[in-house]
Amino acid sequence: MAKELIKGNTAVAEAALRAGLEAYFGYPITPQTELLEHLSARMPEIGRPFVQAESELGAINMVYGAACTGKRVMTSSSSPGVSLMMEGLSYIAGTEVPAVLVDVVRGGPGLGNIAPAQGDYNQIVHGGGHGDYHLLVLAPASVQEAVDLTALAFDLAEKYRHIVAILLDGSIGQMMEPAELPPMQPLKTDIPDWAVRGTDGGEKRVLTSINLDPPAQEVMNLRLMKRWQEIEKNEVRYKGYYIDDAEYVVVGFGTAGRISLSAVRAARELGIKVGLLRPITLAPFPKDVLDELTKKAKAFLVVEMNSGQMLEDVRLVVRGRKPVEFFGRMGGVVPYPDEVLTEIKRLVDGPLTTEGHPRDRWLTRLSETIG
Amino acid sequence: MQQEVIIAGFGGQGVLFAGQLLSYTALDEGKEVTWFPSYGPEMRGGTANCTVVISDEEIGSPLVNRPTAVLAMNLPSLEKFENLVKEGGVLVVNASMVNREVQRKDIKIVSIPANEIAMELGSERATNMVMLGALLGNLDLLSLEAVGAALDRHLPERHKKLLPLNKEALRRGAEYKAEAIETA
Repeated sequence: MAKELIKGNTAVAEAALRAGLEAYFGYPITPQTELLEHLSARMPEIGRPFVQAESELGAINMVYGAACTGKRVMTSSSSPGVSLMMEGLSYIAGTEVPAVLVDVVRGGPGLGNIAPAQGDYNQIVHGGGHGDYHLLVLAPASVQEAVDLTALAFDLAEKYRHIVAILLDGSIGQMMEPAELPPMQPLKTDIPDWAVRGTDGGEKRVLTSINLDPPAQEVMNLRLMKRWQEIEKNEVRYKGYYIDDAEYVVVGFGTAGRISLSAVRAARELGIKVGLLRPITLAPFPKDVLDELTKKAKAFLVVEMNSGQMLEDVRLVVRGRKPVEFFGRMGGVVPYPDEVLTEIKRLVDGPLTTEGHPRDRWLTRLSETIG
Repeated sequence: MQQEVIIAGFGGQGVLFAGQLLSYTALDEGKEVTWFPSYGPEMRGGTANCTVVISDEEIGSPLVNRPTAVLAMNLPSLEKFENLVKEGGVLVVNASMVNREVQRKDIKIVSIPANEIAMELGSERATNMVMLGALLGNLDLLSLEAVGAALDRHLPERHKKLLPLNKEALRRGAEYKAEAIETA
């Protein structure tokens, strides 16, 4: 298939449909709406259910119900809408049924704005809903990668009976780039043995997240955690750029990652041996490669479009062995490559320290810039 | 080799489509490309712009603060983007909508009465194509022929009867040449 110029939101929608999405439930919100809009036309066209729910709460609970039938289902939203879905996500996790969630992150907190941001990292990667559970989180940095990871998301969700979140931002959602869409896949015909689809006198099957017996609940918790260990072992994904001989390593995901790539290239032209580690799975986090880089690199620079949320995951791996610095923009402000280049140069010029917290130093610098 | 173009104007001036046409052409020519729109609520009736990055390798940032070229379709766009054009870059100004001189001396300036030319050709709506033509005539980015071919392929079916007009608009725009940069 040839490449076409396509908007990120539309590409994810079409990729999901071609991956065998059997039912979609959602509610419009910028900068995600084209995703829902595309499916509102395409799903009925091929005889599959599309429901614009009365709210995000309705949408996620429809996903929950439909997921229990073993069908491929998804929803999508943007930050404030995803907040409304948190209870439902916890129930889905507690029921161990597969589902795919797309969060096209915008500036916040609160109603915020509709500009690109990465402030939902903690909510999506470290919880958000109540109870002990994880989401498997994929963070594409381009329209093509968003297409590829959408198909993967459904496979992983079913493989592990897990929620898979695709964390985008307004930039990737709204941007057009050439991408090759996969061919239409046939709908899957195998019905998982846990699915509830109505039975005529057959064996009774129950899917629920309620478990009033704490020891029995704990057995379930243990199962979830073992499954997560399995995911951590098998599903780590990342992309490294110029890291083989890198003395300095920039770590950034999604849009912040690709902006950092421009800065890394500019720094290379100045003769600075710097590389980029771009996590593709945020959960599980690419700890092993970061640990390896910690042994070789002189220092790290974490770049995010938030106040340093992934920064904490980086620090947990680096554990004070090497200096870590941070640069971020918040509230929907998208950094330019030359801002990141300035930070790379600052890293090279030093002095570097493993004392204190990089966020505090960054906040001091940022206050001088934006008041 | 990477080049960046910001196209800016009022909503309705065809700013986003002009950028998409450049992007389609780049795609057809086998290049990497990103098209990034301003998508704020100000789009409705207010100002609109898009950034197009064209490159031979995987594109990093889809947003730039020092573009190779700017197409300013109106005065607010000139005010906003004049100072951002990279040194030696190209600034195409729609003289029909701008009533002041460009201040910069270190860039190529193409001043073109795009609305008047488009009206003369038969439709003011071709203003964006006149502006795009002026860019192509002054920046080694993509050929006029390649953009015309992309128009053939990507202009929506309902607008196909406008192909000759749009191509003529591109050609007329390309006739305008920038004044040489004054060297100190």
